[in-house]
Amino acid sequence: MTSAFELVIKPRKGWQPVDLKEIWIYRELLGFLVWRDIKIRYKQTALGGLWAILQPLIAMVIFGALFGRVAGLRGDGSPYPLFVFAGLVPWTFFANALGLAANSLVGSEQMIRKTYFPRILVPIGVICALGVDMLISLGFMGVLMGYYRWHVTISLLLIPLLIFGTVLAAAGLGLFLSALNVQYRDVKYVVPFFTQMAFFLTPVLYASSNAPAKLRALLVLNPMSGMVEGFRHALLGSAVSWALVGSSFAFAVLLFVAGLFFFRRMERTFADTI
Amino acid sequence: MAPIIEVRNISKQYLLGEAGGLYGNLREALMHTLAAPLRAFRKGSSASDGQKKQSEFWALKDVTLDVERGDTIAIIGSNGAGKSTLLKILSRITDPTEGHVRVRGRMASLLEVGTGFHPELTGRENIYLNGSILGMRKSEIEAKFDEILAFAGIGNFLDTPVKRYSSGMYVRLAFSIAAHLDPEILVVDEVLAVGDVAFQKKCLGKMAEACTQNRTVLFVSHNLAAVEALCNKGVVLQQGKAVFQGTSKEAIQFYLQNVSSEGVPSQSNIIDLDHAPGRLAKHRPHLKRLELFSGNNEPLVGELPVGAPVKAIITFQLQESCTSFDASIAFDTTSGQRICTAHSAYEPNRVHEEQSGEQTFVCEIPSLPLLPGEYRVGVGLDIGGYEVDWVDDAARLYVIKSDFYGTGIVPTRGTFLLQNRWALSEKKERVNA
Repeated sequence: MTSAFELVIKPRKGWQPVDLKEIWIYRELLGFLVWRDIKIRYKQTALGGLWAILQPLIAMVIFGALFGRVAGLRGDGSPYPLFVFAGLVPWTFFANALGLAANSLVGSEQMIRKTYFPRILVPIGVICALGVDMLISLGFMGVLMGYYRWHVTISLLLIPLLIFGTVLAAAGLGLFLSALNVQYRDVKYVVPFFTQMAFFLTPVLYASSNAPAKLRALLVLNPMSGMVEGFRHALLGSAVSWALVGSSFAFAVLLFVAGLFFFRRMERTFADTI
Repeated sequence: MAPIIEVRNISKQYLLGEAGGLYGNLREALMHTLAAPLRAFRKGSSASDGQKKQSEFWALKDVTLDVERGDTIAIIGSNGAGKSTLLKILSRITDPTEGHVRVRGRMASLLEVGTGFHPELTGRENIYLNGSILGMRKSEIEAKFDEILAFAGIGNFLDTPVKRYSSGMYVRLAFSIAAHLDPEILVVDEVLAVGDVAFQKKCLGKMAEACTQNRTVLFVSHNLAAVEALCNKGVVLQQGKAVFQGTSKEAIQFYLQNVSSEGVPSQSNIIDLDHAPGRLAKHRPHLKRLELFSGNNEPLVGELPVGAPVKAIITFQLQESCTSFDASIAFDTTSGQRICTAHSAYEPNRVHEEQSGEQTFVCEIPSLPLLPGEYRVGVGLDIGGYEVDWVDDAARLYVIKSDFYGTGIVPTRGTFLLQNRWALSEKKERVNA
C-alpha cells in the first residue's frame, strides 16, 4: 500500500494562491455539498422548489405595482413587469448568494472544526446551489415572455456569459463576507442592510439611462448594474450601455480575485476562531 | 525506509482572551486600529506588550515524533495536554505555529463521528455526504454501502431523515461510515466514547481489525485498557510536550506513575478529607480521613494489581450522637461512571449502637477485580439514611495487570473480571458428531 503521495504540513504565512489541484481532488465533495444545499433549502416547505420562482415573482408584483403604477416608473418600452423581472433574475440570485454565503462557514462550524477539506467549497457550494434557483427563475422568465408575447433576439446567447459574471461578483463578495463573518459576527447583521441599499443602487427598477448623473457614477462602481442591464438586453433586447457592462465585468473579476485571496489568507485560522 | 509520519518540532500557540484578537467584534477591531497612532504616541507601550505575553498559550511545544509504517501509536495525556491539538494539526484542521510534519500516505482522520450529518437528510443521503466529507470517493462509498448498512443495523430506517432516528441509531450509523474508511493512515480521537456499551465493543473490535491490517493508526484515548490492547507504541504528552515515547505498555506505566496523578491532592495512602475539593457545596465536612491499604496491610498509593484486596479506613466526626450512620466507598471510572459501591449498610452483622464524636469504619474488600485502568474513589457518609457528606474523587486508583485467573490472560474489554469456572460436559451428546 505504498503511495508516492507526500504531504507537508507547516505554518502558512502571507498570501496564498488557490490550490486548484486540491479543489479538483475534492470535486466530489463539492458536488455533494451543492446537492445537499439544494435538497435541504426547501425541505419541509409546502411549496418546495416553487419558491425559486415565487421570490422574484412576488418582488416583481410588488415593485411593478408600486413603482410602475404609483410612482410611474417606466422601463424602456418593454412591459414594466417584464422589465423588472428580467433584472430580478440576477439580482435575487446575487442578494440571496451574499446572505447565504456570508453565513455558510459559520453554519458549517462543526465540519470546519472536525475535518479537513478546502474551506472554499462551503461558500462556493452554497452559491452553486443557488445557481439552480437562478436557472429556474430564468425558465419562468421565458414563460412570462410568452405571456406578454415578447420575442427573443440573438442577444439571448449572451446569457451564459452574464450568468458567469454575476456568479463571479457574488462569489467574490460572498467569499469575503463568509471569511469575515468567521471572526466578526457583525457581518450577519450588516449584510441584509447592505443588499437592501445596493438594490436601489442597481438599475433593477429603472434603466441606467434614466438615472440622474450623480447616481450613474455610482452605478459604474457597482458590479451588478452591468449584469442587470446585460440580462435585460439579452432577454428583452433593451438598450444597454456596453461601457457599464464592461466596467461591471472588470469589477466582478477584481472582486473575485480579491475575495479569493482574502479568503485564503483568513482560512488558516478558521478552525481556531470559528 | 522513511517514517510514514515525520513530526518535527511542532508547536502551536493560541492567543487567549480579547487582547489576542481571537474574539471581539468589528467595533473593537475598528477602535483598535483607530487607536493605534495614539498607542504609538504614548511612550509606555511596553505595558500592552506585557499584557499580550500573558495571553499567549502554547498548546504544543516542540513535539518531535516518528511514526513508522504499520505502527499503532497511542497518544495519552491528561486533559489539556495537547492531544487534540496534535491531532488537529496532523489532520490539517489547524496550522502549526512552528515546525513541520511530513506525511507519506493517504490519511483520514476521525475526530468525531457523524461530522456534517444533516438532520433533514435520510440515512442513505447522509452516508454519501459524510463519507465524502471523510474523504471517501463516491465509488468507494457505493462499494461499501451494504457493509456500512449491515454494521450500523439501522434496518428499515435507511430512507428516513436522521432527525427521526434514536440517538443510538444515529451514532451507530455515524460510526459505521467512519469504520469503513480505508486509508493508509488513520487518525482517531476518542470517538468511542459514544453509543451504547454493546456498540462500543463492536467498534473496538472494528478498530482492532484496522490495527492488524498493517495500517498505521494514531489513537487518542482515555481508555488505557483499549490502548494497551490495540496499540504497540505510545506517546505521553504533558503540557504540550512529548515527555515519553516507547511501547504502549511503557507509556501507560509512565503515564500512570508520572502524569495522571497531577492535581490529585494526596500522594500518600492517608487522604485528608476535611479540605477535599471533591465535596459537594451542600455538605459540611463530616468525613475526616480515608486510609487505603492493600494486601498485607501495605499502604496503597496509586497502583493496585487486578483482583488485589483493598482495605479502607474511613474516619469521620459525628456532631450529635446517633445510632444510624453508615459510611461508603465507591469506585468510578474517570468519566464519572459508577462501577460499584461498598456500603456499611450492606453488612449483615452491623451493630447499631449510639455513638458520637470521631468514629472509624474499617472496610475490607477481599478482591477488587476491576479491569486495568484509572479509577476514582469516592467516600460518603449517611446519617439516618440521608447522605450528609460525600467526597468525589478523593483518591485515584490505577489498576494494573496481574495474573488474575492464573492463566496470564486478562480481558481487555468490560469493566470488571468475573470469577468463573468452566468444564466440558461429561455427557455423550457429541456422539452424533
